[in-house]
Amino acid sequence: MLNIDCPWCGKRHETEFRYGGEAHIARPEDPAKLEDTEWAEFLFMRTNTKGYFAERWLHSHGCRRWFNVFRNTVTHEIVGSYKMGEKPPKLPKSAGGTK
Amino acid sequence: MTQAFRTTSGGRIDRKKAINFTFNGQSYIGYEGDTLASALLANGVHLLGRSFKYHRPRGIVAAGAEEPNSMVQLGEGATTEPNIRATQISLYEGLKASSVNVWPNLELDISAINGLFAKIMTAGFYNKTFMWPRSMWMKLYEPVIRRAAGWGKAPAMGDPDIYDHMHLHVEVMVVGGGPAGLMAAMAAGRAGARVLLVDEQNEFGGSLLSRKRQIGGKDETAWIADMVAELEAMPDVTLLRRSTAFGYYDHNYLCVLEQKTDHLPAAERKGKVRQRVWHIRAGQVVLATGAHERPLVFADNDSPGIMLAGSVQTYVNRYGVLPGKKMVLFTNNDTAYEAAIDLQAAGGDVVAIIDCRTEPTGELVDAARALDIEILAGHAITGTSGGKRVSSVEVRKIQKGAKVYTTIERNIDCDLVAMSGGWSPVVHLFSQSQGQLEYDEEKVCFLPGKSRQAQQVAGALAGQFSVKECLAGGYKAGADAARATGFTPKRKPAAPEIDEPAVGSVEPYWIVPSSRPVGEGMAKHFVDLQNDTTAADIELAVREGFESVEHIKRYTLTGFGTDQGKTSNINALAILSGILDKPIPKVGTTTFRPPYTPVSYGALAGRNLGDWSDPVRVTSIHDWHVKNGALFENVGQWKRPWYFPKQGETMQEALNRECLAVRNSVGVLDASTLGKIDIRGPDAAEFLNRIYTNAWAKLGIGRVRYGLMCHEDGMVFDDGTTARLAEDRFLMTTTTGGAAGVLDWLEEYLQTEWPELKVYCTSVTEQWATVSITGPKAGAVLEKLAPEMDLSHENFPFLSFKEGEVAGINARIFRISFTGELTYEINVPWTCGLALWKAVMAAGAEFDITPYGTESMHILRAEKGFIIVGQETDGTTTPQDLGMDWIVSKKKPDFIGKRSFTRSDTARPDRKQLVGLLTETPDDVLPEGSQLVFDPNVPKPIPMAGHVTSSYYSAALGRSIALALVKGGHGRKGQKIFAPLDKRTVTAEIVDPVFYDKEGDRLNG
Ligand SMILES: [Zn+2]
Repeated sequence: MLNIDCPWCGKRHETEFRYGGEAHIARPEDPAKLEDTEWAEFLFMRTNTKGYFAERWLHSHGCRRWFNVFRNTVTHEIVGSYKMGEKPPKLPKSAGGTK
Repeated sequence: MTQAFRTTSGGRIDRKKAINFTFNGQSYIGYEGDTLASALLANGVHLLGRSFKYHRPRGIVAAGAEEPNSMVQLGEGATTEPNIRATQISLYEGLKASSVNVWPNLELDISAINGLFAKIMTAGFYNKTFMWPRSMWMKLYEPVIRRAAGWGKAPAMGDPDIYDHMHLHVEVMVVGGGPAGLMAAMAAGRAGARVLLVDEQNEFGGSLLSRKRQIGGKDETAWIADMVAELEAMPDVTLLRRSTAFGYYDHNYLCVLEQKTDHLPAAERKGKVRQRVWHIRAGQVVLATGAHERPLVFADNDSPGIMLAGSVQTYVNRYGVLPGKKMVLFTNNDTAYEAAIDLQAAGGDVVAIIDCRTEPTGELVDAARALDIEILAGHAITGTSGGKRVSSVEVRKIQKGAKVYTTIERNIDCDLVAMSGGWSPVVHLFSQSQGQLEYDEEKVCFLPGKSRQAQQVAGALAGQFSVKECLAGGYKAGADAARATGFTPKRKPAAPEIDEPAVGSVEPYWIVPSSRPVGEGMAKHFVDLQNDTTAADIELAVREGFESVEHIKRYTLTGFGTDQGKTSNINALAILSGILDKPIPKVGTTTFRPPYTPVSYGALAGRNLGDWSDPVRVTSIHDWHVKNGALFENVGQWKRPWYFPKQGETMQEALNRECLAVRNSVGVLDASTLGKIDIRGPDAAEFLNRIYTNAWAKLGIGRVRYGLMCHEDGMVFDDGTTARLAEDRFLMTTTTGGAAGVLDWLEEYLQTEWPELKVYCTSVTEQWATVSITGPKAGAVLEKLAPEMDLSHENFPFLSFKEGEVAGINARIFRISFTGELTYEINVPWTCGLALWKAVMAAGAEFDITPYGTESMHILRAEKGFIIVGQETDGTTTPQDLGMDWIVSKKKPDFIGKRSFTRSDTARPDRKQLVGLLTETPDDVLPEGSQLVFDPNVPKPIPMAGHVTSSYYSAALGRSIALALVKGGHGRKGQKIFAPLDKRTVTAEIVDPVFYDKEGDRLNG
């Protein structure tokens, strides 16, 4: 069971949270302007990342805040949590991070 | 004579406390401190069961969790437990155990079965058998094989015992209380960390319980006692005995099963928690899980009396038992010599040591020589005799590299064979934690490599096989763990002087040939004793094309079962590596999964049973419903009255009565469970505009509107009415089951997509009790309760609400309707719900007011063609499919779901659409869920046209009605459609879904 660091509450058991899928996918500003394929891309298509991945979580049995977690989908290593609208943390050097 | 194999002194048993127990109905005596296995061995009982496939006699092999054979049925009746290892059962007064898998009985050899099945039951036996003709499987193989190849029996009654769960957070958790684990706990504890030390045994000490060692001038017993005493004196250190860490999950989350009363006589267990599952989150974990000894794989290595050498040593030293009086030792390493030396010292006779190494040397070898024990170096056991108890071994000189040994055989009489193929670190938990294993050529075993979690390894698990290494390694691991969690370790104490023999070399010797090639003749080289897997099975699997170790495992069953291959995995791997001619690390290991040893369902369930298995939500009027004979329906966690049968009424009669009361007079419904969300903020109206499919900006204060919510894909996911309480405040209602999901949905959009909107949402479901009165006489009832209120249709029209006193209680009254009749939904503070309900019942008495439940509610709304989300919809239904285009705004530029309505699939004309159905025979009530077809006479498979979503008998209409989703249904009104049922086909006409009062005249009473 993951130990997730809520930016407001601190570390809590995974059972307090709800998963929200891939992060940083904004709802299009004006959906009416999109072609069917572009709209379908937003609706249905997500990356299936093996490795470091930015994802959304909801602290549903806590502060009820949505936030982002930067997690390795293979090892479950959590590099960090960050609030909505913030940028993901840097990757550790050991994981090939340079940015 | 009892306990003929008990030594005269020594051991960690209390010889003053005799314990009576029975095995297979026979009475025996053991001592306190015994396990069932040690007590049976003390009484000379070796034959404990029959093997899984071949029904060969089997006995005790090991002394702990790794035991593959000696599974017993423990206890009787409701508390009986199947397949418990005799080596892990603490003996208690009155213990009753019996063999498992002994059909027709333990003593009788079923050579017929052996002969018949031996050839069939090779590798892949299950896979192949399932391919035989089904009829043969059902009639013959299944019943016979199941009886022959089963293990113990599950109890037939409910478990009467109490179990619980505890949660614990510590900085350092230490798994394993041997010398390394004790030192690790000591280092972390002295540094000031919160420490948890768990060990599966009844006392701490690990390998020191089996071996005599002098540590710093103390014997092992005194050393352990001093360590435990110091740890117990530390306030932040928790020690758990009889506690198995069975699962190691992500982020240092571990589960531990503590056996609290299993070692007590039945009378002392009453009212106590039997087992407790601990849920641990640890900052750092120190794994000091020790090592298991490996058997050697030689011909007929499975008879009772053939045991692991280290386990023999345990029985001698810890339990004061001689597992045999004439022992032959067969080994590929030095450490096993200690078993021979200790057995001889305890009064047994070691007749020979068969060492596969050509030139064994070292302290222990010399000690054995000094005792005049014959050592046959470069020799191997190539066969055994005896059957139910080993009586002699066949020994030959090893011919290096040969598949068959043709050297002269020598037979040695014995009643015990102690074997040792070296030691395998117990990497199970490390591996569960995703750590990688590395093969160590010199130590001939897999060792922990790269860790994936915040952990340390120490002791035999880390390849530290001497006590000296264990103490140093344990201290370092504990200190490192404390440091990593923010504590400063105290100065390292000086290493104590330890009196122990030097550990010599080990030589890999994975399969011992005999005079015939492996797999030929009757001899069997067992690899996995629990699953009866032989070396020949592994060869066969490779011949049949399996190479991956994961496939071989499944095909041969090696490593399955209750012991999860603790003694067999590495031998199987090494044999496979030999056959494939690939080095062991290249073959790879199979995956270790929780639980390390079996855990009962009772323990996993804990207290979450019966009424406590799930929270139950009830309304403030619930007790009244119970008293008045309501039957209940579960809606999510809510208990809702289903219907209120009167004496002697059938369900349908009750429903007819309830529905007709609503249509002809007045009915009352407890609607408190509907979800209610208070939505506030300057942007609340704009927010609703984006969430609902219809327009909300212009809704007047005091007015109410019905709305549909869709997901982005355009599919309906909830509905309800929302009232405008103020310019910046709305009260939204949701379906009973959808309330939590809708609140999540609203908050998600506010937080993630539209943070600029100033809106917040509060669940008020349990702040307001709701009593809905409906029917032509609803107004008359409310008039009596709220005489001051103007109920005229001009001043209180449909889809509006008022605040005021009802029966003296402050209330909000909503004029909405889910029945099509004049309806007032009266909301009062939750705690006033029952008072309001009683007042309504009293006021309505003169109109014969009738309480009704969810079933009548469903019928009444279906008569009106109103949908229920989740019944008429299933996540693939759009508002247009439901014929509810009228509620989808054409003017709003955007709202959730809008863009998807023009996707080609969503706009298809032949989508399943909501229609009404009238069966040709009015009394025929279609089963809900019935599949529908346009033509029942076309060849099968008949194309499906849709399905029935709701179906009832309508008393108001005097016939059945149904709602259905039918392909292109909106354009098919008047057409026939068919429901092919089990034995007949029902014909129905497609009609408009509104069956009753199409004009809506009844809304105003
Ligand atoms: Zn939180």
